[in-house]
Amino acid sequence: MAPTQLTVDGNEAAARVAHRVSQVIAIYPITPASPMGELADAWSQAGATNLWGEVPRVAELQSEAGAAGTLHGALQGGALATTFTASQGLLLMVPNLYKIAGELLPAVIHVAARSVATHALSIFGDHSDVMAVRQTGMAMLASASVQEAQDLALIAHSATLATRVPFVHFFDGFRTSHEVATVTAVKDEVIAAMIDDELVAAHQGRGLDPDHPEVRGTAQNPDVFFQAREAANPFHAAVPDAVRGAMDQFADLTGRRYRPFDYAGHPEAERVVVIMGSGAGTVGEAVESMVAAGARVGVVTVRLYRPFDAAGLVAALPPTTTRVAVMDRTKEPGSAGEPLYLDVVAALARHWPTATPPRVIGGRYGLSSKEFTPAMALAVFGELDEDEPRAEFTVGIVDDVTHLNLVHDAASWVEPDDVRRAVFFGLGSDGTVGANKNSAKIVGAHTDLHAQGYFVYDSKKSGSMTVSHLRFSPRPIASAYLIDQASFVGVHFLGAFDRLDPLAVAAQGATVLINAPGTPKEVWASLPSQVQEQIVAKALQVWTIDANALAAAHRLPGRANTILQTCFFALTDLLDTEDAIGAIKDAITDTYAKRGRAVLDRNHAAVDAALGALAQLEVPGGPDRDARSRRTPVPAAAPDFVQRVTATIMAGNGDLLPVSALPVGGGFPTGTTRWEKRAIASEIPIWDPEICIDCARCALVCPHAAIRLKVVPAAALDNAPAGFRDKAFRDKGFRDDGNPSDRSIIQVAPDDCTGCGVCVSICPAHSKEAVKHRAINMEPVAPHRETERTNFEYFLSLPEHNRIGLKLDTVKGSQLAQPLFEFSGACAGCGETPYLKLLTQMLGDRLVVANATGCSSIYGGNLPTTPWRLDQHGRGPAWANSLFEDNAEFGLGIRLALDHHEAAATALLRELAPSVGHVAEELLAEPADGADPEATIARRRELVEDLRTWLAAHPGAVSDRLGELAHHLVRRSVWLVGGDGWAYDIGFGGVDHVLASGADVNILVLDTEVYSNTGGQTSKATPRAAVAKFSSGGKATAKKDLGMLAMDHGGVYVAQIAMGANMTQSVKALAEAAAHPGPSLVIAYSPCIAHGIDMSDMMGHQKQAAASGYWPLYRFDPGREEAGDHALHLDSRPPTVAFRDFAMTEGRFAMLARANPAVAEDLMTLAQADIDDRWHLYEQMVNVERTARFGILEEDP
Amino acid sequence: MTDLTTSYLGLSLKHPVLASASPLTGSVESLLELESAGAAAVVLPSLFEEQIEADLALIHHPGDGGSNPEAHGGYLPDAADHPTALDHALDLLGAAKDQLRIPVIASLNGDSDGGWATYAAALEGGGADALELNIYLVAADPTVSGSDVERAYLRLVEHVRAAVSVPLAVKVGPQFSSPANMARRLADAGADALVLFNRFYQPDIDLETMSVRPDLVLSTSADLRLTLRWIAVMAGRVDAALAATGGAHTADDVVKLLLAGADVAMMAAALLKRGPEHLHDVVEGVQRWFDERDYRSLDEARGSVSQVSVADPAAYERANYLKTLASYRPGTSSDA
Repeated sequence: MAPTQLTVDGNEAAARVAHRVSQVIAIYPITPASPMGELADAWSQAGATNLWGEVPRVAELQSEAGAAGTLHGALQGGALATTFTASQGLLLMVPNLYKIAGELLPAVIHVAARSVATHALSIFGDHSDVMAVRQTGMAMLASASVQEAQDLALIAHSATLATRVPFVHFFDGFRTSHEVATVTAVKDEVIAAMIDDELVAAHQGRGLDPDHPEVRGTAQNPDVFFQAREAANPFHAAVPDAVRGAMDQFADLTGRRYRPFDYAGHPEAERVVVIMGSGAGTVGEAVESMVAAGARVGVVTVRLYRPFDAAGLVAALPPTTTRVAVMDRTKEPGSAGEPLYLDVVAALARHWPTATPPRVIGGRYGLSSKEFTPAMALAVFGELDEDEPRAEFTVGIVDDVTHLNLVHDAASWVEPDDVRRAVFFGLGSDGTVGANKNSAKIVGAHTDLHAQGYFVYDSKKSGSMTVSHLRFSPRPIASAYLIDQASFVGVHFLGAFDRLDPLAVAAQGATVLINAPGTPKEVWASLPSQVQEQIVAKALQVWTIDANALAAAHRLPGRANTILQTCFFALTDLLDTEDAIGAIKDAITDTYAKRGRAVLDRNHAAVDAALGALAQLEVPGGPDRDARSRRTPVPAAAPDFVQRVTATIMAGNGDLLPVSALPVGGGFPTGTTRWEKRAIASEIPIWDPEICIDCARCALVCPHAAIRLKVVPAAALDNAPAGFRDKAFRDKGFRDDGNPSDRSIIQVAPDDCTGCGVCVSICPAHSKEAVKHRAINMEPVAPHRETERTNFEYFLSLPEHNRIGLKLDTVKGSQLAQPLFEFSGACAGCGETPYLKLLTQMLGDRLVVANATGCSSIYGGNLPTTPWRLDQHGRGPAWANSLFEDNAEFGLGIRLALDHHEAAATALLRELAPSVGHVAEELLAEPADGADPEATIARRRELVEDLRTWLAAHPGAVSDRLGELAHHLVRRSVWLVGGDGWAYDIGFGGVDHVLASGADVNILVLDTEVYSNTGGQTSKATPRAAVAKFSSGGKATAKKDLGMLAMDHGGVYVAQIAMGANMTQSVKALAEAAAHPGPSLVIAYSPCIAHGIDMSDMMGHQKQAAASGYWPLYRFDPGREEAGDHALHLDSRPPTVAFRDFAMTEGRFAMLARANPAVAEDLMTLAQADIDDRWHLYEQMVNVERTARFGILEEDP
Repeated sequence: MTDLTTSYLGLSLKHPVLASASPLTGSVESLLELESAGAAAVVLPSLFEEQIEADLALIHHPGDGGSNPEAHGGYLPDAADHPTALDHALDLLGAAKDQLRIPVIASLNGDSDGGWATYAAALEGGGADALELNIYLVAADPTVSGSDVERAYLRLVEHVRAAVSVPLAVKVGPQFSSPANMARRLADAGADALVLFNRFYQPDIDLETMSVRPDLVLSTSADLRLTLRWIAVMAGRVDAALAATGGAHTADDVVKLLLAGADVAMMAAALLKRGPEHLHDVVEGVQRWFDERDYRSLDEARGSVSQVSVADPAAYERANYLKTLASYRPGTSSDA
């Protein structure tokens, strides 16, 4: 095989070209385009050069709007510039796209096309983002495969220079951006030939230059604007020919030919589908088989979408065409048709050579990476064959509301036999995906076969599953859909059989590899009867191996992937087994080359031992009579919606849900995580009441609300199940109404615990006999599961503590309140979620949360199940996510609405007060100073109920209106929650504005110091000297001091907290922020898996962060100024630990020290200076006196 | 003037005082300082196999499995170009060989049988003039006998001996039932020199957290005695060169070691405390001591007070204990 064969994904394929032909690259993270920016940054960091021997400059901006501005500036400066984006990011670039196109600045923006958020966010692929820029004047080129992502990237860069019209080059998010495929690499001499140096020089010559200045971006008036706008027409008109020319030149150089509209199919086709993007390959497969069967059908693949060459399209269609179906991967509600459809209709109307152009119908497919298969394409051709085909249709879903969908028969399509197909079920953390990418590369490199890998993830960040789809074919693979008939199925963890139906994809007689402990007989016995039945019915060849044990025996715990990969090659005939083993070892050698021969040897030895541990199952004639049944996804007690909808999604069958099953408008029932019993922990904390000191820390720090504290009267435990543990409660005055005989219980939720161990490492109570034994200890789950399940169920049935009288602003008091945020899909040991859970314990029954997009919006709101829940009164946090960039403004809007309603209710109540009497008077009175907020809230709720009773008895216009609004007389606590990417970067303008607004909102920044959700990219919260994506050489600048900026506003309550450093301070700060009548900002240190730390000790890291002065704790309360005190209180002591000693315990810092000790040394020194300087500044700030009154004028409603 | 030239590990040294592995030998700058202070040779800091493993663990953090569809490639930047301790050790070795004229001895602390041989070969390939195997196995497993431990040491030395051809020194601790016997067997297994003794990290208990905090305590002149005894006992009876390390702080210390039979003396703690230039003073002091006594060469004096050479060999054995007791007078003991 020629050395130019590469196995890469679409992002890398496009970025390789972009980096080679750019001088300035502006980046910002957004899924699924982030890897392009990450690669560009890493390449430049490593000194990789462009065509001209220069290292492209890569700059990360604060938002895509910023990236577009920088791109625009770089172009005006005469540089070759590019950027990468998707979805909301592309929308944020829109204003600049008009500018860049209007100014005829040659550029290419590479887009991994992704859904735009509407009723919900989705990270998956469709064309709603690129369709939203089709009107900007940008030329648009669509790639349909990984190969094209590379090839058309180059053609776009070439054509933009030739035409001066800037390009959006796009390919389908995930389906192409993340598909791994064998491609022919474009050679450097081809790139050089396609990029005309004279055109580059001309562009450079047009750069802004005081030596020959001109003014750009003038303001024009009615007299000339129109004409000037039309003046650029010839440039746009020249694009189709220029693109055709570039494509021809590319074909001459490489032999790979593209056209602006590519036709394939019968030369005298009657029915033709027009489509753009990865679906084109799928339709092409259907066309090929239909033509072979004699049908007159064809497909037009749209590559150049803007400018839309109407005549070119007509020329591409066979003149015999009578029916055309246009497929749009987007939806434009209210339009006369989707955009590509309208373009085709207009083109045919204008350019069809006869008076009777073909009849055109339009269909939607594939929104948010919805599967689009050849079977669906066949259904589309079937519709075109109807006497009266529908003008508008959908395909791929069951629409039982508007009945637009075509019915397709999945069985109507069978993939060709010579395409080998394998599907693997793995866990996110077990390396299955990595090994499968590697297998694709091995086959691509060692055989003449083409390889394709596509990887499906579930939405959880802990214990998540992955499904890998691998194809190997003698031809290039255009199948952009999942495999449904596999000749090999790898089940890499036994739990897959209960969570999904892995063998549903197994073809008759397929080979199945199961990774599980025990002999094949024992593995068989452990399978659910349904699985046993499948094995028998499909005559599956089943092999088993205990790869985990084998890996552990080779000192590679948790790294069974290469062992399983070896078995895969041994059980298939893709490669000679010996060759495959050699190739796997070579790949291991590549990975570990200079990094540890012992590890290398171990991996090699494990690979060598793999086949010896593989054993075939002798399949019995039928399922065992006593075989267990597959676990039902949700308990019978779950509500109807959860049974019907949520459970279906959980079981991996969400595709089957009809339109009517889904709520409109994006609202969903809350609190559904408790029905998803994932049971992912291998160890759980077990309580020893003998030692426990009732400190409540375990419950406070648990990121998953999976360990809880309750205190109940002794009598409540009369019916406790055997094995239920409780102890005398040491009441230390954090509740008012305790009884000395009360019993306390610390209870684990065994199926919801992730086994992160944070609770155990924080436990301060040691056994006197052996310090390692604490009041809670991690123990293997198996012997405890049943007991603890029963115990937890019983625990939930015990009464919740009365909130009134609980000192919710203390650690222990807060932990007696019910958490209304539980069992989220956050990473095991997440540093963010303990704060959110605490917030719901303190304020949950009146909490409104505006949540910026990010990790917290994903674990907080990603289907199928969500963690925000109700209390026993049916109240709980109301949660909404708008966008990433607008969350502060969004939250302010909510506050304004609530304030408006509250003021209106108050005004109406005043009006009625003389008639209503004491209820109204008490509602209108100011609460007494120092009153317990819980008692006040509860009392007001009672009063509102009394008021409603009165109102019902006294109907009338004012009464009725007040009845609608009365609940607003109980004040809502509005919290604006998000990460540092939001607060420091993309949303900072809004945060700043809201802080200046004086509104009674509370901003909680969960500061992980990187863009965690998109995989750990640098933000302005990233500390100096840390490595992160986009700062692979170490961040050179200091972390932004957001708190100090907020203090400057004057009237803002500001706190910096770290739960692990000072729990009491964290609780107090949240309580004070809630109580502060104006804006509050709480910046919460949130350790993240991206820090490269052992998450079980994330609280210990917080402690060290504070002790080193890296994360000083403080509370700045402007109210204290009025009371004659200084506003700023420093809550942590002067640094006692050197920054280096803290930093070296975290991978993000330690990596740089290993990679580049000299740079690390310099940055560490600067970082220490940052800390010293900031501490010195704060010490002075403590004594600063300000004379202005920062108090908020109470609005008098 | 007494000829101080010394042969150690096949290397010709201008005198018998070396800088042993310490932070001072960890950078080219301080190595150059040691050279200009007159060090006869330097031993680079140990390459720890465990450190390489830890570096790998850092690069392949468990979080890098990619549970998050938005973080396919893990959460830290691609670690393809992130070197481990091995790369740094080879870089330092390469730079030291380029810039120093004195011999450079590389040191290795392995963790697995394969690791010892593999990394030893890597250091040999990196240009080391000789290799020092820094072995410390704390035999904490009650089911493992002393002879098992000894066999493990010997097997390890044999492995490395088979893998490399540069001269090999073996640095061990004193905790053998019969250190001299062990020394012989190590020599038979292929050790060209023995470096006596290794200093282990010793545990301490943090009373605040009730946790164990192992750390390294620097040696003092008081530590010399242990080394002195075993050098004296082994001198002339073991077919390997003897290097003394641990407790050599002054010229007098070095002289004593040489008289006891050490081929060379290695310094670390004293140089860390007083700076590299202290080495110069020590060498000068050694020269003076021998000059004043008109020795022609060091070889004449070396081992002249070893156990085989002294009138009272038992002084190096248990009798010594009794004698000390007998000469003890309350209130007159020194702090030695």
